Amino acid sequence: MLCATGRLLAATTLPAPPRGRGSAPRCRRRELHFPGHSEQPFCDFLAGRLTRPSVLRARRVILRRGRMPPATGGGLTGSELRARRGRCGPQTARPASRDVAAEAAAPSPKRSAVSSQRLEAAGRWALLALVTLLSFATRFHRLEEPRHICWDETHFGKMGSYYINRTFFFDVHPPLGKMLIGLAGYLSGYDGTFLFQKPGDKYEHHSYMGMRGFCAFLGSWLIPFAYLTVLDLSKSLPAALLTAALLTFDTGCLTLSQYILLDPILMFFIMAAMLSMVKYNSCADRPFSAPWWFWLTLTGISLAGALGVKFVGLFIILQVGLNTISDLWHLLGDLSLSLVTVGKHLTARILCLIVLPLALYMATFAIHFMVLNKSGPGDGFFSSAFQSRLSGNNLHNASVPEHLAYGSVITVKNFRMAIGYLHSHRHLYPEGIGARQQQVTTYLHKDYNNLWIIKKHNTNSDPLDPSFPVEFVRHGDIIRLEHKETSRNLHSHYHEAPLTRKHYQVTGYGINGTGDSNDFWRIEVVNRKFGNRIKVLRSRIRFIHLVTGCVLGSSGKVLPRWGWEQLEVTCTPYLKETLNSIWNVEDHINPKLPNISLDVLQPSFPEILLESHMVMIRGNNGLKPKDNEFTSKPWHWPINYQGLRFSGINDTDFRVYLLGNPVVWWLNLLSIALYLLSGSVLAIAMQRGAQLPAEVEGLSQVLLRGGGQVLLGWMLHYFPFFLMGRILYFHHYFPAMLFSSMLTGILWDTLLRLCAWSVASSRLARSIHVVGVLSLLLGTAYSFYLFHPLAYGMVGPLAQDPQSPMAGLRWLESWDF
Amino acid sequence: MLGFLKRPIVLTTDINVNVVVLTGVGLLSRLWRLTYPRAVVFDEVYYGQYISFYMKRVFFLDDSGPPFGHMLLALGGYLGGFDGNFVWNRIGAEYSSNVPVWSLRLLPALAGAFSVPMAYQIVSELHFSHCAAMGAALLMLIENALITQSRLMLLESVLIFFNLLAVLSFLKFSNCQKHSPFCLSWWFWLALTGVSCSCAVGIKYMGVFTYLLVLSVAAVHAWHLIGDRTLSNVCVFCHLLARAVALLVVPAVLYVLFFYVHLILLYRSGPHDQIMSSAFQASLEGGLSRITQGQPLEVAFGSQVTLKNVFGKPLPCWLHSHQNTYPMIYENGRGSSHQQQVTCYPFKDVNNWWIIKDPGRHQLVVSSPPRPVRHGDVVQLVHGMTTRFLNTHDVAAPLTPHSQEVSCYVDYNISMPAQNLWRLEIVNRESDTDVWKTILSEVRFVHVNTSAILKLSGAHLPDWGFRQLEVVGEKLPRGYHGSTAWNVEEHRYGQSQEQKERELELHSPTQVDFSRNLSFMARFSELQWRMLTLRSDDSEHKYSSTPLEWVTLDTNIAYWLHPRSSAQIHLLGNVVIWASGGLATAVYTLLFLWYLLRRRRQICDLPEDAWQRWVLAGAVCAGGWAVNYLPFFLMEKTLFLYHYLPALSFQILLLPVVLQHVNDHLCRSQLQRNLLSALVVAWCSSACHVSNALRPLTYGDKELSPDELKALRWKNSWDILIRKH
Repeated sequence: MLCATGRLLAATTLPAPPRGRGSAPRCRRRELHFPGHSEQPFCDFLAGRLTRPSVLRARRVILRRGRMPPATGGGLTGSELRARRGRCGPQTARPASRDVAAEAAAPSPKRSAVSSQRLEAAGRWALLALVTLLSFATRFHRLEEPRHICWDETHFGKMGSYYINRTFFFDVHPPLGKMLIGLAGYLSGYDGTFLFQKPGDKYEHHSYMGMRGFCAFLGSWLIPFAYLTVLDLSKSLPAALLTAALLTFDTGCLTLSQYILLDPILMFFIMAAMLSMVKYNSCADRPFSAPWWFWLTLTGISLAGALGVKFVGLFIILQVGLNTISDLWHLLGDLSLSLVTVGKHLTARILCLIVLPLALYMATFAIHFMVLNKSGPGDGFFSSAFQSRLSGNNLHNASVPEHLAYGSVITVKNFRMAIGYLHSHRHLYPEGIGARQQQVTTYLHKDYNNLWIIKKHNTNSDPLDPSFPVEFVRHGDIIRLEHKETSRNLHSHYHEAPLTRKHYQVTGYGINGTGDSNDFWRIEVVNRKFGNRIKVLRSRIRFIHLVTGCVLGSSGKVLPRWGWEQLEVTCTPYLKETLNSIWNVEDHINPKLPNISLDVLQPSFPEILLESHMVMIRGNNGLKPKDNEFTSKPWHWPINYQGLRFSGINDTDFRVYLLGNPVVWWLNLLSIALYLLSGSVLAIAMQRGAQLPAEVEGLSQVLLRGGGQVLLGWMLHYFPFFLMGRILYFHHYFPAMLFSSMLTGILWDTLLRLCAWSVASSRLARSIHVVGVLSLLLGTAYSFYLFHPLAYGMVGPLAQDPQSPMAGLRWLESWDF
Repeated sequence: MLGFLKRPIVLTTDINVNVVVLTGVGLLSRLWRLTYPRAVVFDEVYYGQYISFYMKRVFFLDDSGPPFGHMLLALGGYLGGFDGNFVWNRIGAEYSSNVPVWSLRLLPALAGAFSVPMAYQIVSELHFSHCAAMGAALLMLIENALITQSRLMLLESVLIFFNLLAVLSFLKFSNCQKHSPFCLSWWFWLALTGVSCSCAVGIKYMGVFTYLLVLSVAAVHAWHLIGDRTLSNVCVFCHLLARAVALLVVPAVLYVLFFYVHLILLYRSGPHDQIMSSAFQASLEGGLSRITQGQPLEVAFGSQVTLKNVFGKPLPCWLHSHQNTYPMIYENGRGSSHQQQVTCYPFKDVNNWWIIKDPGRHQLVVSSPPRPVRHGDVVQLVHGMTTRFLNTHDVAAPLTPHSQEVSCYVDYNISMPAQNLWRLEIVNRESDTDVWKTILSEVRFVHVNTSAILKLSGAHLPDWGFRQLEVVGEKLPRGYHGSTAWNVEEHRYGQSQEQKERELELHSPTQVDFSRNLSFMARFSELQWRMLTLRSDDSEHKYSSTPLEWVTLDTNIAYWLHPRSSAQIHLLGNVVIWASGGLATAVYTLLFLWYLLRRRRQICDLPEDAWQRWVLAGAVCAGGWAVNYLPFFLMEKTLFLYHYLPALSFQILLLPVVLQHVNDHLCRSQLQRNLLSALVVAWCSSACHVSNALRPLTYGDKELSPDELKALRWKNSWDILIRKH
């Protein structure tokens, strides 16, 4: 088995022929053994769950007496246990002795056989190299075209530039992917000056190939990864080749890998995690060896990478998690292992699959916050405390009085993301919408109209008069908020709010600060005791209207044009504690109080991490589709119902259209159905205890175990989208598509082998298999030839036109290229 | 054959007095003073209006669940002779004398009462002791929240009843399976499982969770059955087939049947018509069908039509135009074509009429014989009142700048030619030669010059557009969407050539005779689809709560307050039962994991049969709790405490199961057992005490002084109403 990993190691670091050559024959032999080898755990699994053989019960009796039987323990159990346990020890020794045997055998008359095996090994290497080369060649072919921004490059390219310029921004995805793009741009000499304003803008002299090349580089690795994964799962070269061909010749995968997008990076990490998981599974017979640790660690690192690019990475984490649980379950059931050993296994997995990824994930955030230290377009999304970190923000290095006092001029910010500051202006609510008084709204930008003066409710005297002592505002005080620019009081009454009918209207009322009792608000700090002072930035405060008992909040709904499309402020009679009704004081001006530096208030790293996650999650949830928009539905995806326009619309444009190669995709779809059918037939047959011939047994193990793992991957990367409320796009399906292509490879190879097996003559059998695989390979290659303009770009008339290069290829009306 | 001559006929019956007594007490607790309060209590105001609709046979659409539950409530109204004349508008309103309160509330109360003996049966079918079974029934009996919920005209208690019935009959069935498969009672219980599952789903979609639970337990059993090599293949196949029919086919058929009855009962048009398609509306008596009856089916050149948007969101509306033009310059500084506005208008209006014109002819009337319009034909649309042509051009639409403006063409002589040709595409056609049919056909208008598609953008125009909805030409159509499809609603063949006469004609109503041509399945699928996709605004509610608050009972709902005194009804659980229920679930989960891990190491703490029992009880009770509770964390709608009650009813079943297990397997000495028994007695009596203390809030029959009410406010988060004097 060492040879297998050795080969892979070599594969990832490219040619290392001497080691590979020597070890290949052993691999081959192991492979031949594999049906029997893999049968053991599977049956164990079935037996453990469904039927409980009586042998186990007999063993249990003994075990109850003394849990770890002594090595000298008599009877069948003892010897069996010893024998099994012995496997761990001699295991390491065995390859060595075999090596010797191989060395010894080499000069013997069997030289021809060995050399043919060597030849075969070299062939395998050549195949892998070919697959990798082809993949790189297709991905890098015409990479520089089109020379303008395509689709989401406008976002991710821009975010890469932000990293280079170190300005803070906000995005709904974790930072790793964009950081890598930024790094690639930086290393390739891009200076971050291109604006990435909208799709279609020409790059001109700006260097963009570094970023595209980086994405294409990662995207190219998908295919060798898939090839090796399938090879390891099925131990069959044709299956792996088929998978590689499906992915290489898929126009969708190709298109998605050629631009500055997060998807190639995400898919790279997903496939890396899958591959290293599979590899480490196949090291299971030599736990705690170097390759075992290597693959386990690599799995953890890839998981951190996947999650660090997009939250969709959670699905591969789920898959690895499920695999690990079933793995541990087997180990626990293996009575030859002591509990200490099982504990070691558990600890190793916790370390490599939980602690390590978590640390790496947090490290990416730490770098993210360290790099982005200048104020930028993302400031408003974050809390006041957060903003004080950013140089260039007005809160940076600012100093304000710490405690709120009467007479202070303040701005009040809503706690919920993207709602903004309490605001009023010299415009009245229009006729018919509540009382015709001055509007009160929330506003996202900093403005003089956001300033309010905090006053005592019962006196109109100026608290800033130097003869009065400073009086602090305390939790539970009754106050009045006067709008600085218009001198009207924050006011509420029993009129319905403009948009949220069940809430009360909030207005500005009174002349020069003189209003009525509807202007009185009780200020409360959330989760504090009465009588406490109120801290700037840190205190979470609520304003409770004294007369109606309602709470000041913002519904987050956008007012119509009369309200300048600012957000609605209401007074809600429901006293539930939601973020919409919690505020904090941001700016604070009071000449009578000493200023303190805000640096004291700077949040710690865990707080920033938590806040940025809350903001990201809310941002994701906020991406809701509008009613009258066409939106992509998850059921569209596997049938390749509709693509995405990457570039160009009209017949004069350079058009790139993200669409899967329909031949590949429909074959994948068919394969899933066939797999479910054949898989359930086989499973039921085995459950009924049908005696399968050894060959079929072996093939069905591949189908059920290897195929099952891949199918699980497909399901985990596809079905959760049905539950998501956010807006969805076609490209969300591509990670799942990788898995379904792997399934197709495994399934067709196995089915063809089964077909071949059912034919008596061995020559015919061989030819059935070869012809079948070849025709699938050539079919996909030909379909790629037909559809390649989708990915590499097309100019000229649209497909309806018979003159078009794509004429006759618009097989579905919903494809618009 | 004539055996009865030789031997006497002997009937032996076993009467389990426990069950009888439990039923009796259950009935007593749920039926006692059922008509009190004689006023609308909480959600009765919601269900009541649907009962009235049933009584008046008026069509309605409720997205909260399938119609079976509403029909059951309406059955009560029907038996009580309710005529539907009551205005359900306010909680607390006194019922008028024509409302048969007793019979309306009877069904939920009966369902609640029968849940008590069923709890007993389920626990004993799980092979736990008679004592545990009695415990479960007792807890079910004294749980205040369940009592409150079942004494009112609400659906939760009926849902719980069918949930429990499904589980009970499945257990009975699988116990039959062990000794005599395919016997009569085997079939009976199997069928009853399927029926009660579909009833549960038919009452509320929440019932799906219990259905899935039963299905998965059945699937595991079936898998064992497949592995049973003592059975022949044919026998296994018969077993599987019987299960598939009873648990999959029967529920599906019943579910459709509910809708069938629903649609048969409701044949009159009503206030919810607008949500449905024109074809559906036309199949109802009154309403649209009164207008559309007998109008010509095939749209011809020269037809006068109104065009309704198929998607109809945010409002159902018709393509409309009027004299006013687009403002020359919009508020944001962009310019417009200043031509006549085209909008979508949510009210019937004479300006909604359009005439289909053949571009090749000048006639605006129908030739004889009429020449029908087919898929792919190029047409012009002429606005009836202003005789202007529907037009679109490369000018940005007012609110959706990436789409084209749609206008009625006014020739200002500024080298902006008319582009008024539209190609007709029938979306739901069967062949390319299909004819455009009134109401039934959904059509798209594709602009010939720019291939833009006529679309409702959903935005409201500002004041200059009278807040009507914006209509645009979509340049980048990405597949089919309802907002680009239109259907003809009103239709007549135009007869008058002169503008004046035509205006008169447009003002007169259309008339002819009536046909219902929509099949049941079409109506069913439309109704079902609308129910699942209808998104009501998530309205805030004073008593809404989050799932986390339910377990700890940190919330309550005030159902009703006596108009004068302080008597009030609250949905408030028995604190002891809720707390111990949560504890029992935690204990079960931990114990289960512990046993499972130890069994994996071949250490068996429990004998095999006890283990099997323990697992099955857990699957049914803890599983029932989990499937009825956890999905709420994913839901985005407004949630209330009563959503937790089905989960709670399963948790109550788990309590005695865990207690008995602790007693049987964990207590090692007699002393420990005695201690446990004492503890159980103390716990039981405290539950009874709490139940009794909360009784005034459950039945609402007793006035309490403010001090007493304050004393009952055990948690700060409970909202108990205290009158200020």
